[in-house]
This record gives sequence, structure tokens and C-alpha cells, in this order.
Amino acid sequence: MAGPQAKVKDPGRKIVLVGNPNVGKSVLFNALTGTYTVVSNYPGTSVAVARGQCEIDGRRYQVLDTPGMYSLLPITEEERVAREILLQEHADTVVHVVDARNLERMLPMTLQLVEAGLPVVLVVNIMDEAERLGIHIDIPLLGEKLGIPVIGAAIGRKRGLAELRRAIAGNRPGGQAVFGYGFELEGDIEAVARCLKGTYTLHPRAVSLLLLQRDEEVRELVRGQEQERFPLVEQVVSDIIFERRHDLHLRISLERKRVCHGLLSEVVRQDPDRKASLGERLAAWTINPWTGFPLLVAVLYFGLYQFVGQFGAGTIVDFVEGELFEGYVNPWLIRQAESWLPWIWLKELLVGEYGVFTLGVRYAVALVLPIVGTFFLFFSIMEDVGYFPRLAMLVDRIFKRIGLNGRAVIPMVLGFGCDTMATMVTRTLETVRERIIVTLLLALAVPCSAQLGVILGLLSGVPGALAVWTACIVLVFLAVGLLAARVVVGDQPMFYMELPPLRLPQVRNVLVKTYSRMQWYFLEIFPLFILASVMLWAGKMTGALQGLVRVMDPFVRALGLPEEVAAAFIFGFFRRDFGAAGLYDLQTSGLLSPRQLTVAAVTMTLFVPCVAQFLMMKKERGWKVSLGIFALVTALAFIVGWVLNRVLLQTGWLP
Amino acid sequence: MTPSNKAEDILETLWIAIVEDGDNSASLDSLRLTADDPGLRELEEQALVEIKGARLYLRPAGQEAGQKIVRRHRLAERLMMDILNLQGDDANAKACEFEHLLNEGVDTKICTLLNHPATCPHGRPIPPGECCRQARRAGEVGVVPLTELKPGQEGEIAYLATRDAKKMQKLMSLGVLPGSRMRLSRRFPSFIFQVGNSEFAVDELLAREIFIRLNSA
Repeated sequence: MAGPQAKVKDPGRKIVLVGNPNVGKSVLFNALTGTYTVVSNYPGTSVAVARGQCEIDGRRYQVLDTPGMYSLLPITEEERVAREILLQEHADTVVHVVDARNLERMLPMTLQLVEAGLPVVLVVNIMDEAERLGIHIDIPLLGEKLGIPVIGAAIGRKRGLAELRRAIAGNRPGGQAVFGYGFELEGDIEAVARCLKGTYTLHPRAVSLLLLQRDEEVRELVRGQEQERFPLVEQVVSDIIFERRHDLHLRISLERKRVCHGLLSEVVRQDPDRKASLGERLAAWTINPWTGFPLLVAVLYFGLYQFVGQFGAGTIVDFVEGELFEGYVNPWLIRQAESWLPWIWLKELLVGEYGVFTLGVRYAVALVLPIVGTFFLFFSIMEDVGYFPRLAMLVDRIFKRIGLNGRAVIPMVLGFGCDTMATMVTRTLETVRERIIVTLLLALAVPCSAQLGVILGLLSGVPGALAVWTACIVLVFLAVGLLAARVVVGDQPMFYMELPPLRLPQVRNVLVKTYSRMQWYFLEIFPLFILASVMLWAGKMTGALQGLVRVMDPFVRALGLPEEVAAAFIFGFFRRDFGAAGLYDLQTSGLLSPRQLTVAAVTMTLFVPCVAQFLMMKKERGWKVSLGIFALVTALAFIVGWVLNRVLLQTGWLP
Repeated sequence: MTPSNKAEDILETLWIAIVEDGDNSASLDSLRLTADDPGLRELEEQALVEIKGARLYLRPAGQEAGQKIVRRHRLAERLMMDILNLQGDDANAKACEFEHLLNEGVDTKICTLLNHPATCPHGRPIPPGECCRQARRAGEVGVVPLTELKPGQEGEIAYLATRDAKKMQKLMSLGVLPGSRMRLSRRFPSFIFQVGNSEFAVDELLAREIFIRLNSA
């Protein structure tokens, strides 16, 4: 048998973790690898894959954590990557992690993995929860029936880890069970398998099944392997598909279900009735609109407003920016520059008004990092608790109106942290139409945490201004969303989602997720801060900045704003919050009336996204769409600003 | 003797006007007929209708015959839209032709195939036939879309009717498979149901394509 284990060349052995989302793969990964983790995109894709190392019985292993997959037949990009890893990485051990509470539902994938000839070890995780639900599983019997090592575990509580390590060290592939399907299907598989002469990582039986299910990638793989024999294979496959008429997916899925049902008949025992736990009742509240929306408001108030806004943007920023940087770091740097650097231009570049240190580093480290950091922590906790699928369900009906489905709420919420990262995450949405609409709304009407922090601080001192600002942004969001849903063509979104049970967040999980997001943020965004301050410096030194300000001048005047605001708008493009901070300076020096301040804040929020977000838009959506969005957003920002100014002048709501 | 197609169409319109819309008669003008119309003559000869001046009345025998015709028409509509996947005017036109072929016996088979539907695609009631009454008496299990279930109701997934292969595949890999037991827990804001120990949310569009076999009481 041409199994994958025959091809190992490098001495480091490989363990690949696979399984559905939310079964504890990442927790297992962390438990196995300890502290050393690298999270990076899988080559050629945008999907993050974590790699780590571990040692068992004195042997080194490389561990790969794959994105969640539901079946060997991929639909989403994540699933495609997970299968790619199984096909390409020649794992010595494939650890399939399943949820004990849903064994029957997840076991079909174990069958597929075993069938594919992969060296599978099955980890039946979350046993403790299952036992609490009155589910009893005979692990040794299941192992016997499947012909592979099976371990009952509760990885969160370190239960089953030692057994798993032993199973990995002693895993000798071969002698796995073959699961018999119905007579007809077996005949069909045999007919296709007979035609396959090439060498495959997967067992010919698995390749045949995937061919029968019309898997495009496997078809290409077979085309490459079989060369001139390929038309014959294709003919056999087409004949069978026509012969059977009805859906082969369904037939194969039903066959697997039948096999699994048989396998589990003596293995699983369920106690009758029990009471709903507090967690389950809370979970039910989150999806009932009457209790769910108040809960959402509470989550946003405590999580976003209190934790990110007050604590992150207030307490921490005040300390780091106000005390440390303004008090010690910057004065010290400026003194050093004064005494050591004779050249004015260099002094300006490093510690001047737009200096790399005084502006770029100070902004990145002291102002933005605490805000974004607290936001990512909040976001990761919500993610780990399992709140987002419930939120997605709750808002699905509303989002349908703006051409989206509930899933889009996840990039939207992330946008309140960092729009650039959220723009990247839009690729998890299923249709191109949804991706374009979300990208547009993120660019236009979702302020990022850094900007939000400054604007809230700016407007909270002026009575009424915050209400007008909020109303404007919400109105623009809904109006543009409703319009976009009519204008942008494409498939209607459909919503379906698994709702994982709510659970207490795992500290380590949350920290790793927060850390990897902050790492990404720092690597991607920090250089842009530096670049932005260099460009501003160059603009100041050459006079180009003044030129640009003059070009903007008539537009800014049309909004009833003083000309100094033009500079703030230009800064706003480099970092959304630069601009807002520019307004802050203007306000403290008393140059803006409440009306002007509100108009400027609204226009700034809607105005063009920062450089980083624009570059990400270009990368994800291409030049045509991103330039279109850019132009639309700029025009809308000024039009809305102009109208708002007129309205405020007419009604006299704000002086 | 069975009436001609033209006569059936007149009887159908008349039945809807009188029995469903509650008029006591219909004027010949509103039916765009003249008193010497051959279809009308036919109905009169068979003692199904009565012409009094410019108005048309339904006789008891006509009421019964009309009900059967309406039933056949609406069953034909269901067949066109649900099974043959024809939409709009096209489906309507085809249903109009098709209804005349559903003579006694054939309509029973179609009705059983469609699992005794209660309404036509436009929401009007389909008059129940003998087969429907029998099925009700026998307490036969019904197969209905998920949208017909009430919260707390249980059943078995009978089949998935989605035409999008990817969606079908996704639902199946999630474990939403024919033969699985399920229980609906919420209808609003989305349909939430449990299969095994997992909970799923789907929107109304998709819920309409998941068919459930209810438990017989």
C-alpha cells in the first residue's frame, strides 16, 4: 500500500491535528507544544496555520494545527488548506480531534481519514462535558472497531495527554479497518479504483470516492498522475454518476452515517433526561431577541466602552503617553538630538513636529497600541466564549436588508478594532458581493478603535455633539448598506451556522489569540507609522504639505470649517486617528465651534480610510473596486459633511 | 360524461367566485361569456349551472364538480413549482393545461406524491380529496418543511431540497443529514434546531429547503 508514511525524508516527524471547528484542536496544540508557536499563513494562501515543536520519548516532532474542517471534501478556503496539508505534508500521525458530545456527527470524517490510508489517532475530546450530559462512551471498544488508537480526553484538564503521547510514539500505521459500504457503492468504487494506476498520497479507494463526488482538485491531481489514461477514468466516473442519477454526495454521506451508526451502537450510551445547566440557559438568552439585544448592549458597554474606551484609551494611554512619553522619553530624546545633531533636517526627521520618534513611534506605541491591544483582548475573549456565532444569528435578519448575512458581523466588529485587519478578514465571507459591501462599509462608516478613542474624547466635552455624530454615522451606514444591497449584483446570501455551546474562556487560548493579532498588527502597521511620519516630514520640508493644504482649502471652507482642518484631513489618510488627533489640537486651542467640530468629526470618520486599509483593499479586492470605493467614500464624506453643516446652520442645534 | 376543457375552465372560475369569494352568482359579463357559449351550454346540459338572465348560478352538482376541478388545478400548480421547478407565468400556463389530465385517480396519486398539500403556491386552500381524509384518519406521518414546525416539535430530517450542491454538501458535512432526529427550538430571529447535541441556526430560505418527517401522534 502506498501510504504517506513511506515518503518521510527529514528526520523531524510530523503530527497534523485535524477536526471540526470548536473541538479543542488549538488547546491540544498548545498542550503538546508548550510555549513555542509560530502562527503564519499557509504558503500561497491567506489562511493562518500554527506550527510548533514537541518532544516525546526523546524524539522531536513538528506539530501542525490545521484550520477547522468538516469533511475531506472542502468548501471554504480554510478547509481547502486543511486538506492540502493532509495531501502534501506527509504526516507521520494525523490526530483527529472530535467532540465526545457529537461523536456520531464527527465520526464520518474519521472514516474518511482512515479510508484515505492516513495514520490516524482519534482523540475523543471534551469527555468531561459529555459525562456531565450523561453520555457514556466505551473508548477501548471504539478503538477495536475502528482499528486505530482511540483516546478519551479532556485536554483542557490535561486528561488523556499522556495516553496521546504514548499513542503518537507507538503509532504503527497499517492494519486499519476497511468499512464496507452498500453493494452498489462498493462496485462503483472498485470500478474507478481499478482505472487508477498513478501513485497517490491517499488510498485509491479515497481518491475514487472523491472523484465520484466531483472534487475539482482531486480531478486535476488524477489528470496529472494518469496522463493519457485520464479520459478513460473520467468516462468511468461520468458513467457511474449518470447510472446512479441521484446525488452521490448524499448517498455516500448516508452510507457513512449508517456505518457510524453501526460502529457506535454498543459504544455510546446516553442517560435519559437531565436539567439545563446555567450555561445552557445563558446560551438560550443570547439568541432570544428580547434578552439577546440587552445582553449585546451590556457586552458592548462593558467590553468596548468601559474596557477599551475608558481603561485602554483612557487610563493606559494617559499613563504611557502622558506620563512616560511626554514626561520622560520625548524630552530626553529631544535633548539628545539638540546636543548631538547639528543638522536641522535630521533633527526634524527624528524628533521634530512630524519626527519618526516624536510622532511615529509615540503614536504607534503610546497611543494606538494600548487601544488596539485592549480591543484585541476583548475580541479574543468573545471569540473564545463562542459569542460571535450567536451574535451573527441575532443580527442576520437586519444584515439581510443590507445585502449581507449574519456572518458579516464578525469582520464588522473587528473593524471597530482595526479596519485594515477587518478588511483582510472579509475573505472569510462566502460571496464576492458580500465581500465588496463589507469592504465598502468598513471604509466608510466603521471607525477603528484608535479613531473612535480620539473622537469620543473629542466630542464628549461638547453636549449634543456625540449624539449628532452617532446618528449621522448610523444613518450613513444603513443608507449606504441598503443602496449597496440593491446596486451590487451577485448571489443572495444564505445563513447557516453551527452554534457552539457557550463556555468559559481559556486564559491561554485568549492570550495566544490576542498575542498573534497584536504581532500581526505591529509587523504590518508599525512600518506604516514610520513611513507616514517620514512622508509628513518630507512634505513639511519641501512645502508639498502646504500645497496640498491649499488644494483642500476650498472644500474645507465649503463645509464651514477653518483652513487648519485641511491639514488634519491629510493626516487622516496616513492614520485615521492622526487626523482625529489633529482636530483635538485644534479644539484645545479653541479654533473650532461645537458645530464645526461635529461636522469635522463626521467628515473625518467617513473620509478615506488610512493608507494601510487602502493597500489592504487593493490587495483583497483589486485596483478597480478599491479605487471605486475610495472615490465613493471621499465624495460621500464631503457631501454628508456639507449637508450636515447646512442642517446645523438652519436648525441651530449646535452653536 | 366529462366536461370539455373550456367548460371546466368556466366552472373553475365560477366556483372560485361563488364558493371562495362568497358571491351568490356571477354575471356573464364578468366571466366574459355570452349565453350561447358552447362550454356554457355544455355545463347547462349537464345540470351543473343555471343561467338566469345575465347571471350564472351554481347548482349543487356543479359545486361538487367545481371543487374537484379547483383541487386539480392547485395540485397541478404545486407539481409544477415544487417538483418540476417551473416558476411564474410559465408554471401557471402549464398548470392550466395539466389540470385537465388529472382525472379521477391521477389526482389522488399526485396528491399522495405531494404528501397531501393544504395550500397552493399562491396560498389558496386546496380542497381536500378522499385520499387526504383517509391519510388524516390513518394518522400518517407528514413531511413538511422546517418552516412549518413549532418550537419544541421534533421530527426526522426527511430530505434536503436545496438546489445548490455546495449548500447541500455543507449541510451534510455539518451533520444535517436525512435520517437524523432533530428538534426545533426557535423560529425567530432564525430557525434554530438541535441535531444530536449540536445546535444549528439557518435562515428562512434554507429552512424551507429542509424537509422534516413529523412523528405520528
